[in-house]
This record gives sequence, structure tokens and C-alpha cells, in this order.
Amino acid sequence: MEDFNWGFFLELLVSGVLIGLMYSLIALGFVLIYKSTDAINFAQGEFVMIAGIIVGASAASYGLPLWLAISLSVAFMVLFNVGLERTVLRPMIGRPIVAIIMATIGLAALLRGAGPFFFGAETRPLNLPIDDAPIIIGDHFIYLNPIHLLGAAAAVIFLLGFGWFFLKSRKGVAMRAVADSHQVSMAMGINVQRYFALAWVMAGVVAALGGVIWGSLLGVDTQLAIIGLKVFPVVILGGLDSIVGVIVGGIIVGVVENLAAGYLDPMVGGGTKDFTPYVLMILMLMFKPYGLFGKPIIERI
Amino acid sequence: MLNLNNIEVVYDNVILVLKGCSIEVPEGRITTVLGANGAGKTTTLKAISGLLKPERGAVTRGSIDLDGERIDLFEAHDIVKKGIVQVFEGRRVFVNLSADENLIAGGHIQSSAVMKQRKELVYGYFPRIAERRHVQAGYLSGGEQQMLAIGRALMSDPKIVLLDEPSLGLAPMIIEEIFGIISKLNKEQGVTVLLVEQNAALALAIADHGYVMENGAIVMDGPASELGENADIKEFYLGISEHGEKRSYRNVKHYRRRKRWLN
Ligand SMILES: Nc1ncnc2c1ncn2[C@@H]1O[C@H](COP(=O)(O)OP(=O)(O)O)[C@@H](O)[C@H]1O
Ligand SMILES: [Mg+2]
Repeated sequence: MEDFNWGFFLELLVSGVLIGLMYSLIALGFVLIYKSTDAINFAQGEFVMIAGIIVGASAASYGLPLWLAISLSVAFMVLFNVGLERTVLRPMIGRPIVAIIMATIGLAALLRGAGPFFFGAETRPLNLPIDDAPIIIGDHFIYLNPIHLLGAAAAVIFLLGFGWFFLKSRKGVAMRAVADSHQVSMAMGINVQRYFALAWVMAGVVAALGGVIWGSLLGVDTQLAIIGLKVFPVVILGGLDSIVGVIVGGIIVGVVENLAAGYLDPMVGGGTKDFTPYVLMILMLMFKPYGLFGKPIIERI
Repeated sequence: MLNLNNIEVVYDNVILVLKGCSIEVPEGRITTVLGANGAGKTTTLKAISGLLKPERGAVTRGSIDLDGERIDLFEAHDIVKKGIVQVFEGRRVFVNLSADENLIAGGHIQSSAVMKQRKELVYGYFPRIAERRHVQAGYLSGGEQQMLAIGRALMSDPKIVLLDEPSLGLAPMIIEEIFGIISKLNKEQGVTVLLVEQNAALALAIADHGYVMENGAIVMDGPASELGENADIKEFYLGISEHGEKRSYRNVKHYRRRKRWLN
């Protein structure tokens, strides 16, 4: 047997971790909404796509400077999600959860149509102002994509920022109280609806950032929305409760995908990368339904 | 002074639960509402604290006034700002937050400076919670959770605290401790209390004035000491018959069940 190629393995591992952190960022938006409003948002991937398209279109087609294009996209996502919360979701409070799920699925379809309708269907590049020559580390020649590094760094900064917000700030505590019980939070003088809106706003900001990072890797068009499907294995593997869970879930998905692409694909002719995270997800649901870090709800009477 | 003037509460547009209920809660006093399960006590408190709406309930007649201002149309979070806070039946602490974070959530409407003072006050009255402030609230004992729930309510610096069956499911020793603290808070901090209880003996022991609620209406009221001497109250809520012997709990239950049948 030939020697195991550690350099190749390390390269897959490290870039898997980086990609995973970028998944974590997108999953964070989903978790924020789920935790505080109980809504399952099937449009998170479409938020990412629309945000990416806005950056791509305004930078590549209209020639805006990148910082302005990104600010525009963030501002749009914030306004869009505030409006969405006000007009569609707020009146649905108290309705069966499945009604809200259906509404977000409808919204997703709407956004997939709106992207090409307003900005055309072509795939646009989204170029970040960094050198994309691979970074080579050590004598094992590990090649790393600088966009992966930048994206992962941005994801980590945001994840830490949100982690600090939830654990240490008063508003973060209030938001966790809302996640715990809407009714009791109201009785504490917390304006629950305002925190619902805040959750959607945060999810919008995270989506815009995700749109920039993933758009720069994949180019922007409606296909970018598919990234949203990665949210499900991430949150199932990591659990829906904590930011740590989201980070670990993301890393697992990124690494598993990459190892599958590196070792399984050559054996079977490709494609395993796309479904291995979902296989893991299903196994997880069968054996550890609360995720690695999620906990069953504490009930005491 | 808090006044409930002949209020009617309806759930789901059709379920009439409070049928013209009037209660007076004078400042600085402990007022209690006694009544069996299902009488409408919790509904009364929710009507005051603005929490009916999420349960599709509404005050459909009468009014609720706080110092002359009508408050029955306010949102729950505005009621808290008016100085009224409810402690829920069954404690309802935020189980995933630490005890300390529960207090922070309770002080949501306060500035950070006031928050600090209130925390000190709460930890002073509930040293057990101070000891366990970093424990996740879901892991506290029932008695500690009740203390935390009361402490959390105090964080908003309320004028009036609404207590919904604080004795529910707790051991007698703990109940005594908690009722002692409620009484102390009333005397030392001047907090007005509206206490809802099924345990009449306990409630009448610390209250100034009491009301008896049956089937969504007030059927009797009077100074706590007098109510404690009333033969009906003795028989149906304190479990003592006219001849002074203690009635068994089972008989009381039996009576209540029969009475419902007749209604
Ligand atoms: N959300 C609700 N919807 C419909 N009926 C309710 C609701 N909450 C309470 N009720 C009814 O109102 C009556 C009084 O309930 P409640 O106020 O909880 O009484 P208590 O606190 O005295 O036990 C009960 O018959 C109960 O079934
Ligand atoms: Mg009740």
C-alpha cells in the first residue's frame, strides 16, 4: 500500500473547516429566527442569493464600488426583513407553525423569481479585492483558497460577535428570554414583537454577508440559493440551541463534504460531496435527535 | 389603587369566563382572591397585566383602572412600565437562562443603574437565589424557582405585584418561607400585592382584605380576619366544619364537585 498522503488529507481538512465556518454563518441566520420566533425559515438560502445578486449586479453591472454595493445589499436585506416581519409574519403569530413554514416556502419561490426578474438571469462574478492565488503552507504543500480564509475569518468574527451579544448583553439576554417563552417575556415588559423583528434583521445581515462570501466563491445567480439547504444538516448536527452548536455543525458538514469529495468521489465517479451531509443528518435524526449539543427541554412541574 | 370595575372576560369570542367582577386593590396592602380551580382567578390577573390577547381573550365589559387611569387596553409591556407585574402560576422561570439572567430579563425596562440596585435588593431578600445565581434556572428546586419568579418580578420595581398561587406544589416549609418574604416585602418595601390562592388559610394569614371568587364572579368579600371566621369559608376553603372539627380533604372535594353539578 502506498503511503497515506497526509498533505492531501490536511488540505481537505483545513479547507473543509473554513468552508464549514461559512456554512455556520448562514445557519446562524436560520437559528436566530427559529430560536426567537419559532418560525422555520425556508427562505434563508434565497436571502443569501438575493443579497449576493444585489452586490453582484450593482458592482459588476452598474460599476458601484464594492463597499457601496455591500452596504446597499445589507440595507436592502434589513429593510426587506423588517417589512416581511411587519406585513406577513406578525399577523401570523399564534397560527400553526406549518402555516408559517408554508409562507416562507412561498417567499423562497417568490425571491427565486424576483432575482432574475429584476437583475437578469446571467451569472455574475463577485470579485473581492484580494489576490486569489492559492496560499501554500508548509512542506506538505497545503493549498488554501484565500477567499475561504477571508470568508471563514469574517464568519468567525460574526459568530463571536453574536455569541457575545447573546451571552453578555442585556438585549441578548432579553432575546434568549423571548426564545424561552413569549408570554412570560411579555409579562417582564419585553416588547416581544420588537425582538422578533430584531431576529429577522440579524438574519438579513447575516444573509447579506453570506451572499458576499458565497457569491465570490460561486458567482451570483439563482443557484446561490441552494446554499440554504446546507442549513439543515448544520443545525441538525450541531443542534438548534447554541452558537457553539452551529459552529461545530458547520465544521462537520464542511469537513465531511470535503473528505467525500477527496476520497469517495474518485472511487465512484463523483457526486458524493453533495449528499454525504444529508446522510449524516438522517443518521443523526435517528440516533440523537437533539443534535450533539442540543438539550432536551427541561421540564419541571 | 387598582380597581377592577365589573369586568367581563371572554375567550375566543364566545367563552364567557369572568361575569362582572369587581375588585379593589388599595395601595400598600395585601389583597387576596380565593377560589377553587377554574373559578377565573388566573384570568383576572391576566386581564390586569394585559396578557389575555395572546390567548385570544379580551375584556369585553367594565374597566380596569390604575390610580384613575384606564389600563385595560394597554399592551402587556406597557402595563409593566405602569408598575404592575405578574408572577405566573407554576413559576414559569426562563429555564434556559441562569438565575441571574432571569433577573436581568425581569429588569428589562430599567436602566443599568437601577438594575444593579434591584438585583442587590432581590438577592438580599432571597439569599438562596444569590448563592445559586449562576445555576441554570431549570435546575433550581421548585421553591427556589418560585423565589426566583418573585425576585424577577421585583426587578421591574413594581408598585403592584400580582401573585398567582405561589404555594402551588411546594412543601409546607418552603411555602411558609415564601409567604413570610411576601409579607416582609409588603411591609418593608411598600409593595402592593394582589395574591390569588386556593390555599385560603395561608392567604388570609398575610392578607388585609379578601375576596371569594366562584364561577367567574365575586361571591363574598371582607377583611381577611373576618373572612377567616366566616362559617362558609371555614367549611369550604379552610376545611373546618361549624363544630370545629377538621373536615377531611376528600369531603371538601366531594362537596365542591356536587356544587358544580348543581350549577
Ligand atoms: N385561554 C383560554 N381559552 C379558553 N378558556 C379558558 C382559557 N383560559 C382559561 N379558560 C377557562 O376559564 C375558566 C377559568 O380559568 P382560570 O382563570 O385559569 O381559573 P383559575 O385560575 O381560578 O383556576 C376555566 O373554565 C378555564 O377552562
Ligand atoms: Mg389559575
